[in-house]
Amino acid sequence: MTDGASKGKILEIDGLQVSYGAVQAVKQLNLDIGAGEIVALIGTNGSGKTTTLRSISGLVANTRGRIRFAGADITKLAPHRIVGLGISQVPEGRGIFPDLTVLENLRLGAYVRRDKAEIEADIRRMYRLFPRLEERKKQAAGTMSGGEQQMLAIARALMARPKLLLLDEPSMGLAPLVVKEIYAAIRQINQDGVSVLLVEQNAKMALGAAHRGYVMETGRIVVQGTAAELKSNDVVKSVYLGSTV
Amino acid sequence: MLLQQLTNGLTIGMIYALIALGYTMVYGILKIVNFAHGDIFMIGSFLGLFFMQEFRLPLYLAFLLAAAATAIIGILIERLAYRPLRMADRIVPLISALGVSTLLVSLAQKLWGTEMHPFPTAFGSRTYTFGNVTFSEIQILILVLSFVLMLALQLFVTRTKTGIAMRATSMSLTHAALMGINTNRMISLAFAIGSALASCAGIMVGIYYNAVYPTMGYMAGINAFTAAVLGGIGNIPGAMLGGVLLGLVETLGGAYISTQYKSVISFSILIIVLLVKPSGILGSKEINKV
Ligand SMILES: Nc1ncnc2c1ncn2[C@@H]1O[C@H](COP(=O)(O)OP(=O)(O)O)[C@@H](O)[C@H]1O
Ligand SMILES: [Mg+2]
Repeated sequence: MTDGASKGKILEIDGLQVSYGAVQAVKQLNLDIGAGEIVALIGTNGSGKTTTLRSISGLVANTRGRIRFAGADITKLAPHRIVGLGISQVPEGRGIFPDLTVLENLRLGAYVRRDKAEIEADIRRMYRLFPRLEERKKQAAGTMSGGEQQMLAIARALMARPKLLLLDEPSMGLAPLVVKEIYAAIRQINQDGVSVLLVEQNAKMALGAAHRGYVMETGRIVVQGTAAELKSNDVVKSVYLGSTV
Repeated sequence: MLLQQLTNGLTIGMIYALIALGYTMVYGILKIVNFAHGDIFMIGSFLGLFFMQEFRLPLYLAFLLAAAATAIIGILIERLAYRPLRMADRIVPLISALGVSTLLVSLAQKLWGTEMHPFPTAFGSRTYTFGNVTFSEIQILILVLSFVLMLALQLFVTRTKTGIAMRATSMSLTHAALMGINTNRMISLAFAIGSALASCAGIMVGIYYNAVYPTMGYMAGINAFTAAVLGGIGNIPGAMLGGVLLGLVETLGGAYISTQYKSVISFSILIIVLLVKPSGILGSKEINKV
């Protein structure tokens, strides 16, 4: 074992196991993300992807194994501390606050920050990334379309200025054109220096954007490699690429 | 006569509203009914009495100190009686609430006896007449202070970063935590504010009826809970509206039908709302069965 982070790794998960009562949702998981990478985590419904993200964010109590972020052990940290360290999550189903306005949602994204002027500048930056948010800034977030809510959820997560962004099925339930827009934003965010863990059932979209990927089945990683390797992998082709878009 | 009854109804309605806010804020976040809340109101009243009697403090200081002390008691109750049961089945914290309720009443009986205590203040007896409506000093205090406290709460939850974070926490604990909000702190804050408001209500009720006693929290608690459900439990403006409505209905019913029916009115409203529209007047559609 070495102290400190392995070179260039922003996130390292070693031997993660997670149970919900008797159900073992994650059986054995090793996964790492290099600084500046987009890593895709793909798998069918119920394979344990969301549970993995929840564990990284500190939302599940019953975990074994070790999660390190930028060299520090975050396995037992409370969720709000993990956000403070620089990991933001866009949860499954977006998780926007429906009764609050778009602007209030964005401000809550910056809850851990104190730099008022910079927060205002970042809100303007988010409006440039997703112009529709500016048009709707005074509107209750719950009244927006699914695509707009997804944009808000991503922008809100960025308001914390994360080093690592976790995205749980950002394309779910959205029209192809909106998905394109969302993915263009994800690439842009990554180019601005944010590492991304991208969870998807939509393997084609995810592998199109990612540098590397992992395939998860019933709580385990079954295949991993570069995006190009995965796209030509027979298992991935038959199970994930044949059946999607 | 009618105007006088409306004034009296509004007075008691503001009290219900103040207490109802504690039920609704806690329910909003934790989805549990803090059945000990009526007894927190009682303890708050006794603490006000205590500060005035033992230390001869002026009324406003008694309010401040009792509210602060009751807030701390509220925080402790959550820490000791509810937080350890956060993962347990919904019925478990309910039983724990009943335990806390019994404990608080017994504690008050041990410390202060079972009898009624008059409130040691000359304040409240003077009256003012406008047209054909007579206000007592304490009624004016209740109307003004309750209004100011509710306005302050409304500004807090809509205009401040912490207040908005508290509302976000009541929309979703998980998603609030993902914003970096310390949700346990928000829960403590909800208990603190609810308990402090209940304490203010307790002191004002103590002066209004010139009586403080260990079981005073039962009926007040049930009425305020009804008010919270009527307005839409979990909804802050709803609790205010529900409180005022219940106070008016109860007082008018008492005046024009019979005072015997006062408590029946509140129970009937509770049952009717739960049957017809469990989400209350301002509540959202989806509501979990308590
Ligand atoms: N809160 C929960 N309680 C019990 N079982 C759960 C819970 N959440 C997820 N599971 C189970 O854990 C497994 C993995 O779920 P999840 O992580 O949501 O998978 P995915 O995101 O890949 O669809 C599934 O079998 C699911 O039924
Ligand atoms: Mg999932």
